[in-house]
Amino acid sequence: MKFLLVEDNLELANAVSARLQMDGHVVDHADRIADASAFVDTGDYDLILLDIMLPDGDGRTFLKQHRAGKNDTPVIVLTARSQVSDRISMLDLGADDYVTKPFDHEELQARCRAVLRRNAGNAQPDIRLGDVTLDPVAGQLKIGTQVVTLRNRELRLLELLINAPGQIFSKAKLADRLFSYDEDASENAIEVYIGRLRRHLETSTLRITTLRGLGYRLDHG
Amino acid sequence: MGDAANVAGSLRARLALTLIGGAAGLAVLLFFVVRSYAAQIAQQGQDSILQASVTSILDAAILRDGVLEVDFPYAAFSILSTDQDDRVFYAIHQDERLLSGYEALPKIDPKLGNGVSHASTTINGTSVRSAAAARTLVGADARTRVTVTVAQTQEALAVTLNRISRNVALFGTGFFFLSVLVASWATSTTIRPLERLTDSITRRGPKDLSPVSQPVPLEMGRMVTSLNSLMGRLDTSLKQSEDFIAEAAHRVRTPLATVRSYAETTLQRVEREENRQALRAMVRAIDESSRAAGQLLDHAMITFRADHLEREELDLVVLVQDLVTRLTPIAEMKDIALTVVSPPNVAVSGDPILLQNALRNLVDNALKYSPVESEIVIEVRSEPGPCVIVQDEGPGFPPDQMTTLAARFSRGDNAKGIIGSGLGLTIAQDVAHAHGGTLVLNNREKGGACVTFSV
Repeated sequence: MKFLLVEDNLELANAVSARLQMDGHVVDHADRIADASAFVDTGDYDLILLDIMLPDGDGRTFLKQHRAGKNDTPVIVLTARSQVSDRISMLDLGADDYVTKPFDHEELQARCRAVLRRNAGNAQPDIRLGDVTLDPVAGQLKIGTQVVTLRNRELRLLELLINAPGQIFSKAKLADRLFSYDEDASENAIEVYIGRLRRHLETSTLRITTLRGLGYRLDHG
Repeated sequence: MGDAANVAGSLRARLALTLIGGAAGLAVLLFFVVRSYAAQIAQQGQDSILQASVTSILDAAILRDGVLEVDFPYAAFSILSTDQDDRVFYAIHQDERLLSGYEALPKIDPKLGNGVSHASTTINGTSVRSAAAARTLVGADARTRVTVTVAQTQEALAVTLNRISRNVALFGTGFFFLSVLVASWATSTTIRPLERLTDSITRRGPKDLSPVSQPVPLEMGRMVTSLNSLMGRLDTSLKQSEDFIAEAAHRVRTPLATVRSYAETTLQRVEREENRQALRAMVRAIDESSRAAGQLLDHAMITFRADHLEREELDLVVLVQDLVTRLTPIAEMKDIALTVVSPPNVAVSGDPILLQNALRNLVDNALKYSPVESEIVIEVRSEPGPCVIVQDEGPGFPPDQMTTLAARFSRGDNAKGIIGSGLGLTIAQDVAHAHGGTLVLNNREKGGACVTFSV
């Protein structure tokens, strides 16, 4: 996906960009409203992540202009304001959703996916590998003519693996991506999801290989 | 909030008391003045009759051959007759010797010449009014001085005076009651602008700190000017503190977000288990602090708004559906289904911001404690009263803590490892109470918590 990140704090912008790029997304960064408007005019973004307090004005001003310009790129606001009244006014101004800083990247991704799903016009390219097609927004796995709707965690796990075929993922890393930090995440729980994915992929050319003591790897062919 | 004022005395009572007290004083004064004036006039009447009587007797005195003769004219006594049969006394003295009449009649010294003098005296304990006059008769070879005294009891006078007193008292009482009416009318007219001002300030919303613009009487002008200036200062400092909170939140939360993002990214790169644990602990600590800060601000906001509910007509179902849309992405991360069971609409009158916050806290709790791939049922009911019931399949509430969990910063014994501030249920309960409702915690028979939020 292609993101426009509007955030004046360079450190945070770098951190968020790094995190998004790690998942294979493309990120453009603007640190002021003027730049953001220029980016929006020239680039075709799937999603805009918008900070509210910017050096040349309020992010809400940008939001208003953006919506007035009939631009339907979804906007997720990154707000430091946690008060309900502030959050509600954000949605009233045309934001599709918001996350409160500091935010969980898994939650941000989940919200991005939900926003994209709601804006059905915004078709995301499917991920293809072997005879498998994965639609990450709808959470649908297609093998030939057979279509399976994956559960959220199955989808996130498959997305990780399918984006890096041949790479070894340790149980711990997968657990960190799948489970929230306050969950009592036992690494064994990963085996359950790996097991389910294996069943879904049974008829395909993809295989999940267990490497004892190291983790898992997605192979195809 | 809502501190009662330190009340000492009442303007209304003071004004009314002063006016009514003044009226009462005036009524009493009026009574005495009119009565004494009436008594004086009645006395003058009696005196002039007595004078006529004395004079007519004195005129009848003649000196014949050196002997004094007094031939009483009939009219001398008949003019003194009254309805009350007042008794009449007389005494005629020749020089200092009683010639005729009532000996016990106290003698008064008449004025020299032809003047008549009057006095109030008593005879056998009965008060009488007497008049006396003297005349010197000159005969062939003798001069003699005749003194005539006539006295009359005062019963008729007393009756007249009583009648006048009664009328004056009646009149005074009437005057008094009329004054009370006028006083209460004057009091409420005077107090009314004050009450109008009070009402208009009481009716204001929690954030309305605009100056008072309605016209007020001259005497209240200074107070309203001070009030307006106070509210202006309050408004400024409130805006400043709101800006300050927003700015502070921005300054604190942005670096926290940076740290959290880096921690998450780094977690994907490091292999050593102790490093990974340290990073996880870091993320947890950041989440905990930001959540606590948010909840504390929310709680403060709710305490502030609960005093002055900004009620609107709302549909509880729409409110719940918005909330579910908003929380679905989080629920999906744990593959939890959020199911709404509700009639088409449930009308409530309430503060939308408070209700959203309360319900969000309840569903947040359910999400936190629900196991993976479970269901949270959010039921909206209109009967018996509007309420929302949130049921999850988590561990439920510890039975022995059911009554204390809604207390501030109180968390269940089974909440270990789950990030929370201990304010969620407090907020929900405060909101329910502010709307005259309740928050009831229960456990479901087959396990899981069941929270009923009614308004």
